[in-house]
Amino acid sequence: MTESISPPAVEMRGIVKRFGPVIANNHVDFTLEQGEIHALLGENGAGKTTLMRILYGLYHPDAGEIRIKGQPVVIHSPKDAIAHGIGMVTQHFALAAPLTVAENVVLGYTDGFRLDLPAASQKVLDAARRFGIEVDPNARVKDLSVGQRQRVEILKALYRQADVLILDEPTAVLTPQEVEQLFEGLRRMQSQGLSVVFISHKLHEVMAITDRVTVLRQGEVIGTVRTQETTPAELARMMVGRPTFGVSKPDTSPRDDVLLRLEKVAALDSRGLPAVKDVTLHVRAGEILGLAGVSGNGQRELAQVLEGVRRCTGGYIVANGHDITNAGPRKVMAAGVGRIPEDRHESVVLDLTVAQNMALEHLDAYTRGGVLDKKRMRAHAEQLIEAYQIKARPDDPIRTLSGGNMQKVILARVLERNPSVIIVAQPTRGLDVGATEYVHQKLVEQRERGAAILLISEDLDEILTLSDRVAVMYEGEIMGIVPPDVDLETLGLLMSGVRIANEPENTEAA
Amino acid sequence: MEQAVWLTFLVGVLAATLRVATPLVWASIGEVYTERSGVLNLGIEGIMFLGAFVGFAAAAKASQAGLPGYLWIGLGAAVLAGVIMALLMGLLSVTLGVNQHVSGLGITLLSIALSMFGFRLVFGESKVLPSIEPFGQIAIFGNIPILGPVLNQYLLTYVAFLVLVPLAWWMLYRSSFGLSLRAVGENPEAADAAGVNVYRIRYLALIIGGAFMAIGGAFLSLAQLGAFSPGIIAGRGWVSIALVIFARWDPVRAMWGALLFGAVSALQLRLQTLGFQLPYEAFLALPYLITIFALAIAGRNAPYPGAYLKPYRRE
Ligand SMILES: Nc1ncnc2c1ncn2[C@@H]1O[C@H](COP(=O)(O)OP(=O)(O)O)[C@@H](O)[C@H]1O
Ligand SMILES: [Mg+2]
Repeated sequence: MTESISPPAVEMRGIVKRFGPVIANNHVDFTLEQGEIHALLGENGAGKTTLMRILYGLYHPDAGEIRIKGQPVVIHSPKDAIAHGIGMVTQHFALAAPLTVAENVVLGYTDGFRLDLPAASQKVLDAARRFGIEVDPNARVKDLSVGQRQRVEILKALYRQADVLILDEPTAVLTPQEVEQLFEGLRRMQSQGLSVVFISHKLHEVMAITDRVTVLRQGEVIGTVRTQETTPAELARMMVGRPTFGVSKPDTSPRDDVLLRLEKVAALDSRGLPAVKDVTLHVRAGEILGLAGVSGNGQRELAQVLEGVRRCTGGYIVANGHDITNAGPRKVMAAGVGRIPEDRHESVVLDLTVAQNMALEHLDAYTRGGVLDKKRMRAHAEQLIEAYQIKARPDDPIRTLSGGNMQKVILARVLERNPSVIIVAQPTRGLDVGATEYVHQKLVEQRERGAAILLISEDLDEILTLSDRVAVMYEGEIMGIVPPDVDLETLGLLMSGVRIANEPENTEAA
Repeated sequence: MEQAVWLTFLVGVLAATLRVATPLVWASIGEVYTERSGVLNLGIEGIMFLGAFVGFAAAAKASQAGLPGYLWIGLGAAVLAGVIMALLMGLLSVTLGVNQHVSGLGITLLSIALSMFGFRLVFGESKVLPSIEPFGQIAIFGNIPILGPVLNQYLLTYVAFLVLVPLAWWMLYRSSFGLSLRAVGENPEAADAAGVNVYRIRYLALIIGGAFMAIGGAFLSLAQLGAFSPGIIAGRGWVSIALVIFARWDPVRAMWGALLFGAVSALQLRLQTLGFQLPYEAFLALPYLITIFALAIAGRNAPYPGAYLKPYRRE
């Protein structure tokens, strides 16, 4: 870090931002020194994104002042922020998918009326090389992976000569290898004098990459510490306001009755290629069966088949004694299957309210003489909000909820019906520590209650802590089923397609 | 002898194809600009109608006053009217965020009502339809056989095919305005975050579009007919909307679509005069049927702009 002679890259003082009754930022002070990587740490809803959106000109603060390199500034729009050398990679990428990488990068930053695309591509390539970021400037964004799209976003900022780069939860969408690449890039930028704001709620990442950490909780700054002088435990305590405990699953063993039975299930992906091949799995009452695997090996398609939203092209599925092969969502639910799909935004209707979303799957129960009984819907919602500690009101549009609260709404909707089989995919993706713990707790409770749970997750820690058995999927097939205390090497081999000896489900008398 | 008849027939069809396609090219290129910015302008039918009326009325008055450039005055007035309606569309759909179907249809109804009212006001209830001496065809190819009759066309036809279409292509894909336009239509949040003024781009697109639609309408009254009647547009605006989808929002494909429609219309006219025994309405419906058919085929999986129909609001 360059020492105190140069003024801070960014100083935000007394920032206040209200959204109706919510105070997203309450007199927040934040200082970013030149050349440092500074973490903004906090649970979902703590106000991290809001603070940085203010700095980037996407929101206007109700009070407070901003200085850039010592100069007081007013930032009306991203254009102003860019002019001050600030670049931001938002959580939802701001890219136009049908356009090329180069077009996206130069958008809004072209000189002259004529668009010289070859020259632009070359400049994009130069910027990419300088920071060791690999992308093809002529590729269309819609053909890129999420990790590649993120690189385009970073390039956009760099291309605009940003010397302050804000990254809003950049690792939430990346594979471990991509995270490593990202960190390498960030170190390279730091060595060239850039300052970075790294928003996250993952402690080990914050510990690994940052120089200082500012912790936010409920819109207020809890403190700023040097990374070297702190510990993950201290950060966690600052973040959630109490010590955190891992979830432990009680030492009960599953019962014998198989509640979910998949026999030689097959399915195609959206391009019509085989994605699930002869998958046989038996999940028993009181058991969590974890399904691990590298993203894109058919887990998503399998989940969709079980949820009743993708055609099963072979084999059959029995839940709770009902044949639910190609039965459609309604019958799947009627068979006592609860579904917590991977994409939260697709399992709720974003424009409807919390109460409406909670009633959505069972509207008949709230209909009297063909008319919706709004009172009962509200009462029902209030009760669930209370029971599941959801930070929202019944009439809030669901799109205004944080990821954690949205997930709680979905959990509440599913679990209140005491499903005997639960299909749950990526339940904590993008959630903070507190919300993750909460979701894990709920799943363990369901296990205790005697539900058969199929947990599909790309988060190995999650799979290993929660599961009674772990099945590993590779290119649509089950490579093997192992106990959760298996060594990581074996697991890694299975995940890369090496089959182990035992023939898993056939050994069980089913 | 036989051959000569067919040649005359073919020449007639080709010439008519270009003529019929002209207003469609103007209007659909205008609509390509607006839709690429994410705004569906269903005001197109009305704006064409208003363009035809205002152009004609202004030209007629200027002609009565003995002004030599009366047709150009008419054309200028039509453009002005189109731009005003585009601004109104912008106020409703861009600034106020009113549903685009509602505001577009509103603009069409308003434009047609204003034109009909204006017509009474300016020309009274005369028995004979007023008329003016229209733009003539330019005899570039003089009396050369075949080339002459086919390609001696109106100035506005030349401009449509030789300037408007290539220029639109260049603007969309080779100018920074076009890049902003496409980005605004695909993902206004992204454009905004990149520092592009979404509202400004949408207004500009609407204005360009409104001007071209009005010229498309005025072509009919100032060039092709030299008169104005209530049936003058006859759904050409709606056809243009279909053409834009058929063209997947590409100006060059829109031009081909307009030519296809023009060819079918021209053929239909000739076949009628050749005395084919089909009800007259069936002939009239033919180009529209073909449009629907083409749309049903090409419109499937159409790559609608990502922000189509969505008003933009910063969160
Ligand atoms: N556009 C908005 N409208 C209403 N409330 C908002 C909006 N953006 C954020 N909030 C609220 O402000 C609080 C802080 O949100 P945010 O800054 O996104 O938190 P974080 O990024 O730390 O997860 C939350 O309670 C959130 O619901
Ligand atoms: Mg956030």
